Amino acid sequence: MNWQSVIGLELHVQLATQSKIFSGASTTFGAPPNSQACAVDLGLPGVLPVLNQQAVVMAIKFGLAIGAKINLNSIFDRKNYFYPDLPKGYQISQFETPIVGAGNILVHMADGSTRDIRITRAHLEEDAGKSIHDLFPGQTAIDLNRTGTPLLEIVSEPDFRTASEAATYFRQVHGLVRYLKICDGNLAQGSMRCDANVSVRPVGQEALGERTEIKNINSFRFVERAIEYEIERQIDVLENGGIIERETRLYDEIKDETRSMRSKELSEDYRYFPDPDLLPLQVSESLLTQIKQSMPELPEARRNRYHKDLELSQYDATWLSADPDVAEYFEVAMKHCGNAKTTANWVMGELSAHLNRYDVPIEQAPVSAVQLGVLIQRLDDQTLSSKTAKTLFEALWANSPQSDTDALGDSDPSTAIDAQIQTLGLKQISNSGELESIIDTILADHPQQLEQLRNGKDKVLGFFVGQVMKLTQGKANPAQVNDIIRAKI
Amino acid sequence: MFAAVIYSPILPRKPLINIQHLARLARLSIDDQAEQSARDHLANIIAMIDSMRSVDTDNVVPMAHPMDATQRLREDKVTENVDRDQFQANAPATAQGYYLVPQVIDSGE
Repeated sequence: MNWQSVIGLELHVQLATQSKIFSGASTTFGAPPNSQACAVDLGLPGVLPVLNQQAVVMAIKFGLAIGAKINLNSIFDRKNYFYPDLPKGYQISQFETPIVGAGNILVHMADGSTRDIRITRAHLEEDAGKSIHDLFPGQTAIDLNRTGTPLLEIVSEPDFRTASEAATYFRQVHGLVRYLKICDGNLAQGSMRCDANVSVRPVGQEALGERTEIKNINSFRFVERAIEYEIERQIDVLENGGIIERETRLYDEIKDETRSMRSKELSEDYRYFPDPDLLPLQVSESLLTQIKQSMPELPEARRNRYHKDLELSQYDATWLSADPDVAEYFEVAMKHCGNAKTTANWVMGELSAHLNRYDVPIEQAPVSAVQLGVLIQRLDDQTLSSKTAKTLFEALWANSPQSDTDALGDSDPSTAIDAQIQTLGLKQISNSGELESIIDTILADHPQQLEQLRNGKDKVLGFFVGQVMKLTQGKANPAQVNDIIRAKI
Repeated sequence: MFAAVIYSPILPRKPLINIQHLARLARLSIDDQAEQSARDHLANIIAMIDSMRSVDTDNVVPMAHPMDATQRLREDKVTENVDRDQFQANAPATAQGYYLVPQVIDSGE
């Protein structure tokens, strides 16, 4: 039988506020255990939560970015369950009236196709603490620093059909929240976590199959692998006459499998009800207008601008606009040299290869965007050949003198780079006299090949150009060499 | 199957209350005697809610809070200094700054 998988994602995005969603405790990551859990976070008797305006603003920014309905009136509810890292015995969340209603995200797949994914809702809630099971034998250690950190939970409709679509969406939302500066996007620190609802059904069947939920996946790669594993597991169960039970599963990245997490006997029953400690939230029209005016250029708009105005391919435009830091780097370099296509090629090629090889984030690249801009300028004005440009790039990467020039601020970055071109002897030989004498020598040294060339064997031309490039250590302009040789035969 | 309240199809308006399920959700231990009194108690509450349900509320906006007011918002500033030792003085067990609880294993293995 042929099966179709159906996937929906819930993304938990930690909002980049200074303080907690309902208290004035700090949200800084990595503080000593329980040093940032105040009386409100601990749920001590007599405390009252007070909502952080910045968390509301950030949620609305996300809503506006996905064209969602913003609910100016929303309500906070209690979600009741017992777990040691939830000191109050309930999580403050939004159930019936979330701040962000239905919206859409257009997902750009690597092959250039798109998927229109419906977003059900996005609501504000507080994060729970952390349970550490392997620190003290026979005991669980609880760190409540994370308790009360603001979360935006983004819930999608079950609109994904493959694990790769789901992972691409996860990546894209990761880019979007960083564009909006509402989340630091640090996956290793749990700033974005994903739950995946997965089911399968026979191709052509309308009704959805029973689903399972895979909890707490925090990397793009693992989301894809966990979903793929789960799809295969479900098909395997069904094809062997079994049934899928609704349950929560955990992905084990070492064994690359999902396993059942909670016993089915204790079915979920959260008994949501409006939190009597919190009055209804009302967002004023003036605040909404203010937020609308503060919206940055979004990836989708930037993508279209790169494609239409800069005439980059769809693929390049998507690639360069997906991550705000990459887009920023590209724009600075491109503005400096004025050559969008070549800048795109360098950012996606040489630069990206180096960043991957040395595992450096683009904002810490040893070759600054301005330096790359100057390099491309020198390529365009034919000071550099494509080969010597690469040599210069390597030298800049290795020496990274940019911090000095940046610190001075007033020095022209092109002066430093021109000096380096001089020092390394990378300047292209443009003097045709000089080039001609080199070519004469080479032609004279290879009479046999010269004869072949004269007899119309054009392939040999490549051989001569190669010889000239070799002798000049790549400093000759191949097109110019071509012309000179042709003129000579 | 674990719903707290089920209305019997034979005896209309007479709810069947799953006390043990409710007790487990609330992490309470309830013996047979307490179970009966809890059941009577809840039956009264449900009867009251049933009479509230008979009111026509079709065109009434649900009330989330009895006070006719909206929330005041806080500026995003760190204002709390956490005295961990003071908070942990109440805890039965702590070590290296952590609260300690009996081992909770979250996997179904």
